Amino acid sequence: MIVVVGAGPAGIAAALRAQECGARVTVVDDNPAPGGQIWRGDSNVWLTRFRASGIPFIASARVITGDAQAQTLLVETPEGARKLTWDKLIIAAGSRELFLPFPGWTLPGVFGAGGLQALAKSGLSVADKTVVIGGTGPLLLAVAAYLRQHGAHVKLIAEQASPAGLAGFAKELLRNPNKLLQGVALARHIAGSPYVTNCWIESATGQGRLEAVTLRQGRRTWTERCDFAAIGYGLVPDNELATFLMNSPNVVIAGTGELNLAILEGEIAGFTVAGYPERALGLYGKREKAHRFATALQHTFALRHELKSLPRPDTIVCRCEDVTFGLLCEFPNSRAAKLHTRCGMGPCQGRICGPAAEFLFGWNPGSLRPPLFPAKIGSLMPATTE
Amino acid sequence: MAECIVIRVNGHAISVRDGITVAVALLQADELHFRTSVTGEPRAPLCGMGICFECRVTINGHTHARSCQILVREGMQVVT
Ligand SMILES: Cc1cc2nc3c(=O)[nH]c(=O)nc-3n(C[C@H](O)[C@H](O)[C@H](O)COP(=O)(O)OP(=O)(O)OC[C@H]3O[C@@H](n4cnc5c(N)ncnc54)[C@H](O)[C@@H]3O)c2cc1C
Ligand code: FES
Repeated sequence: MIVVVGAGPAGIAAALRAQECGARVTVVDDNPAPGGQIWRGDSNVWLTRFRASGIPFIASARVITGDAQAQTLLVETPEGARKLTWDKLIIAAGSRELFLPFPGWTLPGVFGAGGLQALAKSGLSVADKTVVIGGTGPLLLAVAAYLRQHGAHVKLIAEQASPAGLAGFAKELLRNPNKLLQGVALARHIAGSPYVTNCWIESATGQGRLEAVTLRQGRRTWTERCDFAAIGYGLVPDNELATFLMNSPNVVIAGTGELNLAILEGEIAGFTVAGYPERALGLYGKREKAHRFATALQHTFALRHELKSLPRPDTIVCRCEDVTFGLLCEFPNSRAAKLHTRCGMGPCQGRICGPAAEFLFGWNPGSLRPPLFPAKIGSLMPATTE
Repeated sequence: MAECIVIRVNGHAISVRDGITVAVALLQADELHFRTSVTGEPRAPLCGMGICFECRVTINGHTHARSCQILVREGMQVVT
């Protein structure tokens, strides 16, 4: 039995390719429906094939820990805990957004960029809402296009990268014609919302909820009123489970922050794990190309150091435990900070503040111990095995 | 189009589209105070994908439920 964790593009591609090879596959995902971040609630060839495939899909099931020796996973579902056994495990857990703290970022109405898009895809109406988008990377454009198509008034997209950096990215696009087409399609959808480079959101203000953001571009600062702010500074891989189980030869990790790469890695993992690695041979060249593109993206949208001075002493960095930037500045590393302030010890287990502290202070986020998510005590007791 | 169902938010009945998440239902009803942080700040969803735990509410008596990962059900009791 092959178990796939994650029903995003990588997990779906892996499961379908493995099934094609005759393997028995089961897919688990934390969400109520398959699709992962980008295909949430959408319809496309892969998803349609997956739904028709008859591959068992365990929805709303969060993997909270695993055992590489016993080859099991402990999964928490609304109906209770389940233990899954596997011969081969494919981890396609995807990524989450990187958030950088700034004054006011904890106000209701400040969302992740992908986060607001995810909520809109799960039914939130953004029609007639005024939105300011800020951060870095192509995801901002995808989100802007999506929100505009659904009736939002996107006032501005603040991209921290410099125009020179973006020119380099444009060159890379020319080498990837299908990406270029996607770019042109996006550009059509965001026409009318200014795309401002060298620019970032410096603070958010409001009484109990977001009312306005202040932006900076060089020496100029100005304020825009808005209902929502959508912010994302790139992606961080969700590699907690992978790090924990990586040492087993029967565990394969697939997928990253970029769609084509995720699908290709999923397909390769599916063929390989099902025992037909030769069927994946034709895909390695494409993966190389997709990988080059992803690396060029990272280069173009590298974070500028000015963003490190956004938080003020009273700005919260750890949102679970309300630990401020000023307090964290007193500690030499994440271990000491954790011990004295509980930074990163709340329910998100440092998934939000860890990468932020890594950027702000250069702190190594350290590895997570299971359970990888706050679990109900009952879930950690012996569970039904299948 | 999806049918409507009724849930209760802090005791008030609201009609919401079936098939949406609890987080979306609350935001749609302009409820932006999902939880109160340890220092007393109001908080609302950030990540929309089950990672940040800012969208926690009490659902049918279960505390700390991540509302962005849970679909609405007829008669559900939500407390922010
Ligand atoms: C919020 C967000 C929005 C994005 N929007 C876009 C976009 O519009 N366009 C674009 O090109 N790219 C977008 N991206 C980038 C996106 O990550 C990739 O394009 C693509 O989704 C990667 O596919 P994947 O299969 O590797 O991961 P994902 O699509 O992230 O799928 C991973 C799946 O694994 C599940 N999972 C993870 N850990 C566990 C666990 N422990 N237990 C159970 N399930 C688990 C997750 O819930 C998720 O469904 C977005 C990324 C994020 C974070
Ligand atoms: S909004 Fe982040 S966990 Fe629900």
